[in-house]
Amino acid sequence: MDGFHDLGGFQGFGKVPHRINSLSYKQVFKQDWEHLAYSLMFIGADHMGKFSVDEIRHAVERIDVRQHVGTEYYERYVIATATLLVETGVITQAELDEALGSHFKLANPARAQGREAITGRPPFEVGDRVIVRDEYVAGHVRMPAYVRGKQGVVLHRTTAQWPFPDAIGHGDRSAAHQPTYHVEFRVKDLWGDAADDGLVVVDLFESYLDKVDSPRAVHA
Amino acid sequence: MTATSTPGERARALYAVLKNKDLIPEGYIEQLTQLMEHGWSPDNGARIVAKAWVDPTFRELLLKDGTAACAQFGFTGPQGEYIVALEDTPTLKNVIVCSLCSCTNWPVLGLPPEWYKGFEFRARLVREGRTVLRELGTELPEHVVIKVWDTSAESRYLVLPLRPAGSEHMSEEQLRQLVTKDVLIGVALPRVG
Repeated sequence: MDGFHDLGGFQGFGKVPHRINSLSYKQVFKQDWEHLAYSLMFIGADHMGKFSVDEIRHAVERIDVRQHVGTEYYERYVIATATLLVETGVITQAELDEALGSHFKLANPARAQGREAITGRPPFEVGDRVIVRDEYVAGHVRMPAYVRGKQGVVLHRTTAQWPFPDAIGHGDRSAAHQPTYHVEFRVKDLWGDAADDGLVVVDLFESYLDKVDSPRAVHA
Repeated sequence: MTATSTPGERARALYAVLKNKDLIPEGYIEQLTQLMEHGWSPDNGARIVAKAWVDPTFRELLLKDGTAACAQFGFTGPQGEYIVALEDTPTLKNVIVCSLCSCTNWPVLGLPPEWYKGFEFRARLVREGRTVLRELGTELPEHVVIKVWDTSAESRYLVLPLRPAGSEHMSEEQLRQLVTKDVLIGVALPRVG
């Protein structure tokens, strides 16, 4: 989903509001309700088993852009959890509105059904040059747009496998499990000279990648 | 009936609806909150790094199988099930971000701080890492390559920084004090004194 949440490389933001080693992370929760965000999320996901963490991420992505921009972090997870609990029939919009005393604005409905993983291909090896498939996915996807169609080098293949986010992010509990790959890109290959020099490593599911034939694929 | 509400009112409204339906398990929120506020802490990551600095066998395990190394301390769990340690060298500086949301190695680093989850860090670090680090207060020599790790799947990272000059005679306990949350994220270098 090419939404506002896909911020990598987005220009126009000012300085990160932090100086190294300032202790602003203490207290962990700044307001008395913030602990409820993850707690209620885990009650719905882990305890009740009504949705996956991938569906939570997708629900956050579905928050209307104008609302998303003006909403603080923990509140987005309250909205996402409420949205999924309504969509799975655990609670209703009317109950939320009544408890709040005004309209409780939920995330927008999903605009896609999700998609299945590509299976049956040989795995990629460390050192392989790969290209991120030039695909546009309307639903949930864990491929930041800045690597779409770009080439990189595999640094690591995970020894564990996980459900394909584009499927389980839409509630498909039979989603195929896949390893992910740490793929290293040159920043200059992503944004040319309109960037600082350096490297970026993105953790990409196997289905997002194709192998590029190359005699030697290791970055200098 | 008011037309607007605050984030806190909305969070409590969701809580109230679930509570009314008896869907909130006894003690669940209290126990999870205790973990989030105290159990998951950068002090855990500091213990891992200090141990790796003084114990070559543990260092080797940490770099080969970060999950197993952290499990020795009990520092695994939600958002810390597949752990990868990123080794800094004299010519390489690793930094962690999650450009798509906020993914962080909770058990080892603690919950992410506000600035890490903020739009500025998520948008800018991958593209202008050197500039962002400089603005935060970390100036790196030109010969040091900055490698940004975007936490876009299930791998959860911690940075294993270089042991700083002047720390040769420090105990493991003293070394832990050099390893801050920002050192584990990779935006800061450990400093003696």
